[in-house]
Amino acid sequence: MRQGHQSWVFSTKPVIAGSSAIGGPFEAQGPLADDFDTLHGHLMIGQDSWEKAERVLLEEACDKAIEKAGLTKEKIHFMLAGDLMNQSISANFSARTLAIPFLGIFGACSTSMEGLALAAQLVDSRSADYVLAATSSHNAAAEKQYRYPTEYGSQKPPTAQWTVTGAGAAVVASQGNGPRIQAATIGRIVDMGMSDPFNMGGAMAPAALSTLETHFRDLQLPHDHYDLVVTGDLGKVGHSILSELLPKHNVFIPLERYVDCGMLIYGDNPNVWSGGSGCGCCATVTYGHLLRRMKEGEWKRILVVATGALLSPISYQQGESIPCIAHAVAIEAEQLSGGGV
Amino acid sequence: MADQKKKKLTLVQQEYQELAKKHEPPRPLLSNFTRAFLVGGVICLIGQALQEMFIHYFHFTEKTAGNPTVAVLIFISALLTGIGLYDRIGQWAGAGTSVPVTGFANSIASAAIDHRSEGLVLGVGGNMFKLAGSVILFGVGAAFLIGLIKTLIKMGG
Repeated sequence: MRQGHQSWVFSTKPVIAGSSAIGGPFEAQGPLADDFDTLHGHLMIGQDSWEKAERVLLEEACDKAIEKAGLTKEKIHFMLAGDLMNQSISANFSARTLAIPFLGIFGACSTSMEGLALAAQLVDSRSADYVLAATSSHNAAAEKQYRYPTEYGSQKPPTAQWTVTGAGAAVVASQGNGPRIQAATIGRIVDMGMSDPFNMGGAMAPAALSTLETHFRDLQLPHDHYDLVVTGDLGKVGHSILSELLPKHNVFIPLERYVDCGMLIYGDNPNVWSGGSGCGCCATVTYGHLLRRMKEGEWKRILVVATGALLSPISYQQGESIPCIAHAVAIEAEQLSGGGV
Repeated sequence: MADQKKKKLTLVQQEYQELAKKHEPPRPLLSNFTRAFLVGGVICLIGQALQEMFIHYFHFTEKTAGNPTVAVLIFISALLTGIGLYDRIGQWAGAGTSVPVTGFANSIASAAIDHRSEGLVLGVGGNMFKLAGSVILFGVGAAFLIGLIKTLIKMGG
């Protein structure tokens, strides 16, 4: 049900019955390595191209999430997936393998929460009993498409971010055990005229601000309602900008409760510059790390704000600025809702 | 140019960009310059050593030793690109590795590796000059112009 101008409140509180996170070799060295279901030792994952490797990541994530939900793929009514590759080939080709009725979505790095919000809406409106939401990114495949060849020796500035090699998927169900999706806020595009593709955190921070402001206004919640507010991939630069912007716009989220997936996934590694990015960043951290810690009782209510920079290599070369978007999904721990049905 | 771009921005956008600028860690210019100077210098030193070797041991003249010297540097650069080391050196050295001929070789080899999965003709053949192509185009163009000017001056003199 819509509440306010751009938020949904899910009265049935759809359940995340199963979720998965698959990562690559670099993610395996990060501080969140234990929260992944599968980690691969090589970027190629036994395939002959990076694009195929990304597809394998996504397929594995989907299979794992379905398995953890205790289901088979025939039971899933719809699949919502997207990625960073041109024409969303990773999602489309994975949907071919899985043969689940499929809707492709694209929100760049915000795809994870775009998919989760839509999946919850489908389940809440009784349009489906089980919906799979998934997304992926691959460092080398993304570098090749968006920037320079992967082995090209260019020097990146400290505001640049490292695209995560990974995929995350969640099965949203009308009933069962698991964390529950309470609400979602659909973002609007915010463009502050930033045009540097090596500073996406700076470009995306205002979009996250807009969605956060709207979320608390629409749902009329106190700003300290959530135990944790997580942005998708703003990195160190975007995190510090948003931390300054929030109080300026009268959103008083306690700053010790605000973290960013792009900073969590690689910790303090200086080789990733500002932090992680890509569809897989928010997806693997949320579906792996955050949901696991929630089940362990560390947090009761979290708000995940996935941010996306909607640029293309062509729009950038033509001198366009970067339109950005952010979608928020509120998840609460199972215990709060009185356990499984 | 920068002013023109700024004029198109609204006041809110300009204010935000000023705020965002404060949060950007600055590029470490001094260390970038030092590293570029050192690594670029070392590459030139290797080149000079190679040239001397070709002159003294292989009986090239100073004029003809240039070609084999460049060929060896290009080979080393392509090899380092192929085994995945050049981009790491490049991140550390910056302009030090991209300005010399090794950077040019790296741009061609790296593009060729990236597009190998799309086949030899359309993939490697069609894409390997996607970065180097502009260097070749404007390099040849500039050389032609300078050559023309030199010839005209000689004719006049």
